[in-house]
Amino acid sequence: MKSTLRNVFHSPRFLVGFIIFSIILLTVLIYPYFIPRDPLQSLGKGFLSPGTYVSVYDANNTDPYRVELPEADAKRLEASLPASDRVTMIEFLTAKNEAKGDVDLTGIDVSDENLDALIELWRSNYDEQDVRKSKYPGFSTMAQRNGLKRLDRKINGSSAGLVMTVTRGEGEDAVTTTVNGSDYVKVSEVSNAITLPLGTDNFGRDTLTELVKATGVSLIIGLIAGTVATLLGLTVGLLAGYVGGWLDDTLMFIANLFTVIPGFVLLILIYFSIGQAARGITTCALVIGCTSWVWTARSVRSQVISLRNRDHVNLSKLSGHSLFRIITTDILPYIASYVVMAFILQVSSGILAEAQLSLLGLGPRTTELPTLGLMMNWAKLFGAYTSSNAWWAYFPVILVIALISFSLNLMNTGLDQVFNPTLRD
Amino acid sequence: MTKGMKKYFQKKIFWFIVTFIAAVILNFILPRLMPGDPVNAIVGKNISPSATAEQVQEQIAYYKHQFGLDKSLIGQFGDFVKHALDGTFGVSYSQYPRTVSDIIGSGIWWTVALQLPAILVGWILGNLLGALAAYRRGVWDKVFMPVSLFFSAVPAFGAAVILLVIFAVKLGVAPVNGAYDPGMIPAFNWTFIKSVISHYQLPFWSIVLISIGGQAVGMRSMSIYELNADYVKYARFLGIKDRKIVGYVFRNAMLPQVTGLAMSIGSMVGGALVAETIFSYPGLGMAMYNAITSSDYPVISATTLIITVMVLLASFMLDIIYAFIDPRVKAAQFD
Repeated sequence: MKSTLRNVFHSPRFLVGFIIFSIILLTVLIYPYFIPRDPLQSLGKGFLSPGTYVSVYDANNTDPYRVELPEADAKRLEASLPASDRVTMIEFLTAKNEAKGDVDLTGIDVSDENLDALIELWRSNYDEQDVRKSKYPGFSTMAQRNGLKRLDRKINGSSAGLVMTVTRGEGEDAVTTTVNGSDYVKVSEVSNAITLPLGTDNFGRDTLTELVKATGVSLIIGLIAGTVATLLGLTVGLLAGYVGGWLDDTLMFIANLFTVIPGFVLLILIYFSIGQAARGITTCALVIGCTSWVWTARSVRSQVISLRNRDHVNLSKLSGHSLFRIITTDILPYIASYVVMAFILQVSSGILAEAQLSLLGLGPRTTELPTLGLMMNWAKLFGAYTSSNAWWAYFPVILVIALISFSLNLMNTGLDQVFNPTLRD
Repeated sequence: MTKGMKKYFQKKIFWFIVTFIAAVILNFILPRLMPGDPVNAIVGKNISPSATAEQVQEQIAYYKHQFGLDKSLIGQFGDFVKHALDGTFGVSYSQYPRTVSDIIGSGIWWTVALQLPAILVGWILGNLLGALAAYRRGVWDKVFMPVSLFFSAVPAFGAAVILLVIFAVKLGVAPVNGAYDPGMIPAFNWTFIKSVISHYQLPFWSIVLISIGGQAVGMRSMSIYELNADYVKYARFLGIKDRKIVGYVFRNAMLPQVTGLAMSIGSMVGGALVAETIFSYPGLGMAMYNAITSSDYPVISATTLIITVMVLLASFMLDIIYAFIDPRVKAAQFD
């Protein structure tokens, strides 16, 4: 036993798989102690992209430090002039050029690199009086002219020496302070700031916290489904293989039925049959387990058939040992390593089955717990792939599913190499 | 034909027929256990809001009669078998009065045209890569093996979603969903074919990519197993040319892979479900998905029946073919 374990852990493949799986498992177990947030608590509205969110109100209430960053003004200008504003600026300059022909537009575009040139050109060409007088096409109405005026104020306002006044409180309690361009607050001193490494999903839930919880739930589903499938498959395989005869025929007939009506279809049908109310996490796992035992049963059966005429089994039979005893002491130990490998694969396929079912909207009906499949389903329903373009809502989920089954498969091939020396490289 | 062979085939055919009958019965019963009365849904959709209770009852009775739902379960089963034999499979509930065979007929070609080439291409590429990895070993194998293990671990829907986002949404080089431009009428002309081909790419490659990984991993380990077998060592000692040995080895390693190919062709329709729903591809998988969400028993029964028959035929053919091509099966079964 000890030497087997040592062999197993000397297999590099098993070790890598084991480490990846352990990291995932540890994260699931430890994460809630550091961030005890309810994984399904809504923090905002809709998809927020990953990043640190600092309360504007509290940032104003925090004592500032004086920091002089060399590029601060340029960055501020870049950030305050979105592409739409830059397009408006170019439109105006083009209109003026067409009317007067004195604007040199070469090398001007909306990119950040050429922003300085664009602003320079704007400053030398924009004149409020001139715009009112000349009535350039596209900028002749009052509203359009006021738009330009606001834009001009923004461009000149965000440059050096900027001061902003902030009024806090109401009425007599109002306190007015001035904020300088060089005032900075420390994020850790702002009383309300949150870092969302994976943003939020469509319901405004913190995706990372949700993902960790979902991984835990999906692992439990995989574990239950894998256990059920392995126990069922093992029992059927042992009985069919060892007893043989009509029992073998009947059991293999049932197994054939399960193959012929593919597990996925059967799963959907059973799933609909038991009704929506009954579709909890455990039921989902049980249904998956009950439809995926077939291949375990088949392979256990074929191994048992090759074992049942061995000398030690015959000896045990002659000694009058019971069926149960022969199976547990003379047959099981020989296929134990195989059963462990089958179990690992069943866990991984159980997690995958749940994800696939949930993606089609046939997963567990639950409002208390997320699963990996449900997260995929929400991402699909709320257009995370297409309209919202929220990669953080589905890509980490796919990655976690892939990593779980990758690590389990690695462990499986590692074990395979240890127990089947012919496969060793 | 020897006596043992005859007995083997008789036994196979017997179980084929028994399994087929049981599967047909299950296909009939299981969807009918689903909750939700389809007739109420149809009546609710079609009836005018001012209808009296009597009129509603009348309508329900009318549709129940139309669909034969007023008969006993055994009578309904008789209808089911009758319609299966005359090829119409009855009338769809949700798309009344369209026949089921019409719905299936419009979907099945999309599914076959999408899945069959994808499965074959994935199978051939995967096996070539797996065999190469097993034969070459060294660095190539060390890199290749974990990579293909990782690719085979990516779930089918994950690969489909990633392809969809990269190529359809970000790069915009492929359409997001459907099998052809929604404004087009299927016709045999160049613009239509071009539209079909561009819609075909993403679902096709998503299936190919996934199957390459799995096939390559399987082929590699089978090949290594065979390369280490005693007959290979014996042949080496005899001085048989390496090329010839490799030919034998890969032929033997192919056997389980052939099983995999036959089974994935057999279960093509069920396998299409994920890719088709993600790309809204109008094949059988999509038809089945729609039928399930609208409790359309005749369509569900017919699609699952197609799957059942295809899988059953595939495994039956395999049993027969194996009996001829694999001497080990011959030895084990015929005596």
